[in-house]
Amino acid sequence: MACQGLSKGETVSSLRAESENLKAKLEEERSKLHDVELHQVAEKVEALGQFVMKTRRTLKGHGNKVLCMDWCRDKRRIVSSSQDGKVIVWDAYTTNKEHAVTMPCTWVMACAYAPSGCAIACGGLDNKCSVYPLSLDKNENLSAKKKSVAMHTNYLSSCSFTNSDMQLLTSSGDGTCALWDVESGQLLQSFHGHSADVLSLNLAPSETGNTFVSGGCDKKANVWDMRSGQNIQSFETHESDINCVRYYPSGDAFATGSDDATCRLYDLRADREVAIYSKESIIFGASSVDFSLSGRLLFAGYNDYTINVWDVLKGTRVAILFGHENRVSTVRVSPDGTAFCSGSWDNTLRRWAGYSFRFVYCCIWTL
Amino acid sequence: MERVIVSMQDPDMGIKMRNQRLLITVIPHAMTGRDIVDWLIQKYSITEEEALHTGNFLVKYGYIYPLKEPRNLCLKQDETPYRFQVYIHTIYLARKNIRKQGELIEYEKECYNALHKRINHTWDFVVMQAREQLRASKQRRKSDRIVLECQEQAFWLINRPPPGVMDILEEGPERRNGANTRVQLVSGILETCAVDIEHNRKSLGRNRIKSSICLESFVKYCEQYQDHDPIMQGCLPSNPWITDDIMYWNMNAEMVPMPTKLRVERWTFSFMELLNDPLGKKELLTYLEKEFSGTHTLHINTHIQWLAKVFIPLKRFHILQFLAPGASRWVNIDSKTMEKTLQGIKHPHRFVMDDAQMHIYFLMKKDSYPRYLKSELYKNLLARAVVPQETKKSVFPFMRRQRHSSPSPALVTQTAEDNGKAQPNTGKTNTGTAAQI
Repeated sequence: MACQGLSKGETVSSLRAESENLKAKLEEERSKLHDVELHQVAEKVEALGQFVMKTRRTLKGHGNKVLCMDWCRDKRRIVSSSQDGKVIVWDAYTTNKEHAVTMPCTWVMACAYAPSGCAIACGGLDNKCSVYPLSLDKNENLSAKKKSVAMHTNYLSSCSFTNSDMQLLTSSGDGTCALWDVESGQLLQSFHGHSADVLSLNLAPSETGNTFVSGGCDKKANVWDMRSGQNIQSFETHESDINCVRYYPSGDAFATGSDDATCRLYDLRADREVAIYSKESIIFGASSVDFSLSGRLLFAGYNDYTINVWDVLKGTRVAILFGHENRVSTVRVSPDGTAFCSGSWDNTLRRWAGYSFRFVYCCIWTL
Repeated sequence: MERVIVSMQDPDMGIKMRNQRLLITVIPHAMTGRDIVDWLIQKYSITEEEALHTGNFLVKYGYIYPLKEPRNLCLKQDETPYRFQVYIHTIYLARKNIRKQGELIEYEKECYNALHKRINHTWDFVVMQAREQLRASKQRRKSDRIVLECQEQAFWLINRPPPGVMDILEEGPERRNGANTRVQLVSGILETCAVDIEHNRKSLGRNRIKSSICLESFVKYCEQYQDHDPIMQGCLPSNPWITDDIMYWNMNAEMVPMPTKLRVERWTFSFMELLNDPLGKKELLTYLEKEFSGTHTLHINTHIQWLAKVFIPLKRFHILQFLAPGASRWVNIDSKTMEKTLQGIKHPHRFVMDDAQMHIYFLMKKDSYPRYLKSELYKNLLARAVVPQETKKSVFPFMRRQRHSSPSPALVTQTAEDNGKAQPNTGKTNTGTAAQI
């Protein structure tokens, strides 16, 4: 038994050494083709002036921290979820609430709108992802038609429908991602490779539509093949948890936001990190990122209550937006790129005529 | 934040500590709120608003504490004096050191030495304060002294936890990461190592593209789409969120009789753009219909249709996506792909149609798509396309336009279902754009 332990010990260290060796070789290969920096290539591009963005709509209604939101393809509706278990569907344009669901768990960290606009998916500390068909019948209780689709062994951190209402992709604190068939609840494919909680995922806007990227607490961003479940590419340059991953609109690159207070851009064809968006004065982690329609701007929400807008090509910051009174937990650009929405942990208490109200905000911003 | 505080305390580049006045008392070794803000602005090249914002956090997290109105933990940009919390910590440890005559706990010793290095230039002040406090405490009752000691100990345990102890000031659900999963079975490690090695080996063999080429493509992409990015360039007639006028959405609705010029131009960017727009797809199919009316045969694709309906029980295979519903279309796939597909259909699995779909998609992209763009049909449409007039924001801002609600997408489908008709929704595909053809 002691001998076995010893040989195992040796194997572990030799394996580790081999792994480190390969990693170093990989880095070497990657840098061989790195002949220019992004900001150098972007020198000829016209600089952007300072941006001034304003809040156009404030959606008040959640009783506690807003954790996640998603846009509907009709460009004006959104679904948002919060810590108190409520999931609300709004027409953000009129600021009317259209549907509300109370989940049986708190910390609903993930929510998504179905491509058809007829259903929403959400989940969190219940370790599940459930799909609720949206019914316009006032008398119907949405929870009645709820369908439990995904089952993980730890909290659900993120979910997304694929190109149809039929399939759901989820990521979880149990370190895995999974693809599910909505109708049967069957697990179609699981993705193993992260060594810690997976916090975010995003589907590639590619022609073939079968890859996605995920980011987690192991500081890695992995690109996966949805058919085979294989980890195609892996990037590990962040110094702390990756909170959010988002593809560049062309699908050739993706951006990440991390607790190390930086956002980074990774190119899939060059197979390396190509830009870091950071500033010494930014000391809080980035919780959420999204690109504008052309991919020129990167909106990033931070834990210091601000949103920084970055020039993706030049690497500079073009605006800093104040407006939330607590951590910004989610930032998403609308499908037609006319505005972006931010949700936060705001918890403003106001007193009116002896009653007290708690308002938690989602804000819609434009130029 | 630690980093910022450390640079603030740098003897040369940091904030100068002076004697500050608090009413009539002179407090040695403090700095004003104004000093803090100015230093931040200068060091990080940020605006006053941002410096105030960051400075506030330093106070809220306790790194700096105000010497006036200590209950109000915020940064005031005036003559209010402030001091670094690290001094209190250091003084506490110095006191302990003196009292216990050098017998501090291991991690406390480390902290103490590290702090000594950091604020070496003000060490005399620290030692002096520590001695003063010790002298003062000797005059207290023993019971009080014990209570105070415990309070302090507890405070520092929370705010400066020893290594390995969870920091309870963190919020949000607990996250596992490599650092705090201490128990790792040897077998687990072996496995992850093996997986990593395999992965790295594969990655070494990857085909990579030069950075210059990849990065150039981003510049091109941004340039191409700049006019189409409403946040950057605005949109015509106006951004609905700003002017409360939904004309922009109406003009760009899925099926409009006359699309906008920008929209039609966008179809030239890539095949995917054309297919993603339902109007574009419709136009393409119209074109194909015209091009090939009468000339082609019922091809292999009808086999696929029939087979799909009969053999594949999975509803989601709308092979009708290959072709417009109804009429026969040319869709040429090579015999190898056809054979593979037919084989697959015998034992149906989720991806049985993928190869055929891919083949057809790329064929169309290479052939039909460029031809469509050169066709009269497209050119006419582009010529007739609308360029909306800009509507400025209303001169009287208080005359807010009525914001009308729009029919919910859920309603649209419900009505369709109610009519008893199950229409193949073109949005429901299980793979990417390829399946939309």
